[in-house]
Amino acid sequence: MTIAADERVARVGLARRLLIRPELGAVVGLVVVFSFFAAQSPVFRSPSGIANWLDPAATLGIMAVAVALLMIGGEFDLSAGVLTGTSGLILVTLATRFGFNVWLAMLAGLVVALGVGLANGLIVTRTRLPSFIVTLGTFLMLQGVNLGVTKAITGTVQVSGLRTASGFEGASALLAGTVEVGGTSFRVAILWWILVTAVATWVLMRSKAGNWIFAVGGDEQAARAVGVPAARTKIALFMTTAFAAWLVGSILALRYTSVQANIGIGQEFIYIIAAVIGGCLLTGGYGSAIGAAIGAVIFGMADKGIVFLGWDADWFKFFLGAMLLLATLANRLVRRYAEEVRH
Amino acid sequence: MILETRGIGKRFGSVLALRDVSMGVRAGEVTCVLGDNGAGKSTLIKILAGVHQHDAGTLLVDGREVRLTGPRDALDRGIATVYQDLAMIPLMSVWRNFFLGSEPRKGLAFDVARARRVAREELKAMGIDIRDVDQPVGTLSGGERQSVAIARAVHFGARVLILDEPTSALGVKQAGVVLRYIARARDRGLGVVFITHNPHHAYPVGDRFLLLNRGAGMGEYGKADITPQELTSLMSGGAELEELAHELRRE
Repeated sequence: MTIAADERVARVGLARRLLIRPELGAVVGLVVVFSFFAAQSPVFRSPSGIANWLDPAATLGIMAVAVALLMIGGEFDLSAGVLTGTSGLILVTLATRFGFNVWLAMLAGLVVALGVGLANGLIVTRTRLPSFIVTLGTFLMLQGVNLGVTKAITGTVQVSGLRTASGFEGASALLAGTVEVGGTSFRVAILWWILVTAVATWVLMRSKAGNWIFAVGGDEQAARAVGVPAARTKIALFMTTAFAAWLVGSILALRYTSVQANIGIGQEFIYIIAAVIGGCLLTGGYGSAIGAAIGAVIFGMADKGIVFLGWDADWFKFFLGAMLLLATLANRLVRRYAEEVRH
Repeated sequence: MILETRGIGKRFGSVLALRDVSMGVRAGEVTCVLGDNGAGKSTLIKILAGVHQHDAGTLLVDGREVRLTGPRDALDRGIATVYQDLAMIPLMSVWRNFFLGSEPRKGLAFDVARARRVAREELKAMGIDIRDVDQPVGTLSGGERQSVAIARAVHFGARVLILDEPTSALGVKQAGVVLRYIARARDRGLGVVFITHNPHHAYPVGDRFLLLNRGAGMGEYGKADITPQELTSLMSGGAELEELAHELRRE
């Protein structure tokens, strides 16, 4: 840096620079949770254990990162969880009942998912209704459609048999396969999750669109006043979330080769929780994609760690609630510290 | 004159919000628009900023009659307006706010390094002492925020800067800081329209003074033609003030 530093800035050391990052709370949580489980369970800290808890972290993480972007942009999407189910159901139904090639069926799922995202975005930006209500409506509608259509076509509440569809091998290898690292097989979804996180972080921190996302979430009126296309930014965010839902829905459908009609219900809050643990403010305008990804890791660790320790899985929910409370408290402290007026 | 109005007026339905106002702004000069609440100050700036269209009189930019089609049109002609609410995002850093909506590009990316550097340089050129362009705007004081908004308008090519009550919400010291930046913008050759209801802020920095009362212009004065006392009494309606003093006197 060639810029002469102000003598008052010099006192703001590295510690403060790190402290005002939104993901700080999540990093501390990550270290604490990892240490807790790793100290008690040798399996948890073994490579195969790591592969095991990174897997749920990956599928959750892809969604949490997209939801984090949307939350930074000042909106919620409660339909995101069910939309993973819708995308998966479209994929399996078209491929197994209507003879579609798997790739083509995935493309159809993508079109529908993006359509839902577009509809969410248009309704929210045109009507100015809270996205919480709008997407709660989409959530319920999709939930009904998922069950109703599946029952009408199959007579049951699930579709299966994707394995025999044409194009399954390739699609499965790309989205649901595994990669060997040092003798341990990791799910390929982990790579997708890292890619999504990296792209999202680049967009947020290093692109024009990122500046707009922070702005529409921070103060939409002010953003509009300086020429930010607020509606377009928000619609793009809803469609990004829908894209992530399609990706995750396809990954899960290809992995299990069948989809339950009620899949994804309740997940929408988990995504929001992971994003909040990662430093997103519920009021928008502040947060981080990496933070959300770390939130998802904490989640995966707790999910599997509790099983490794031989505890009842019911404790997971308790843990989740405690994490959420601690994270929001920690984030508030960090933000106050970051924002305190420095004269 | 960069910007001039001749007998300009505006009505909203049956309400005459502004009538027969003539004023002008020269490069390197500060024209103060003074008036009490409801005097028509905001209608006047909204016409100058392109938000409203005048329906009487003429508006001239660089001596040519124009009709501004909107705020964007005004901006393209170099007329920038800094409103009281500033259009800044508190949680975003100074440099992100500085370039919001007009981000410099490097390929596909937002040229972050350049944005930081230019924001710092522009603030420095205006003599604005921001410790750290990475700090959120929410941590700046009111005067500092005004200053950043002014520097932003200057950077994006403003020739005329319209400032809507930039000092009204500020304490004495902060107001002084903002007045200094107004003078600095003037010295850089900008024409400044400074709207205020405080003659004590207007007089030291102003070159010309337009007085508004109940939607009508009460004349434009050069600095040589008027004393601060006259300005104050004209502005508050001297007679009314004397009456008030009389009314409030102890019996």
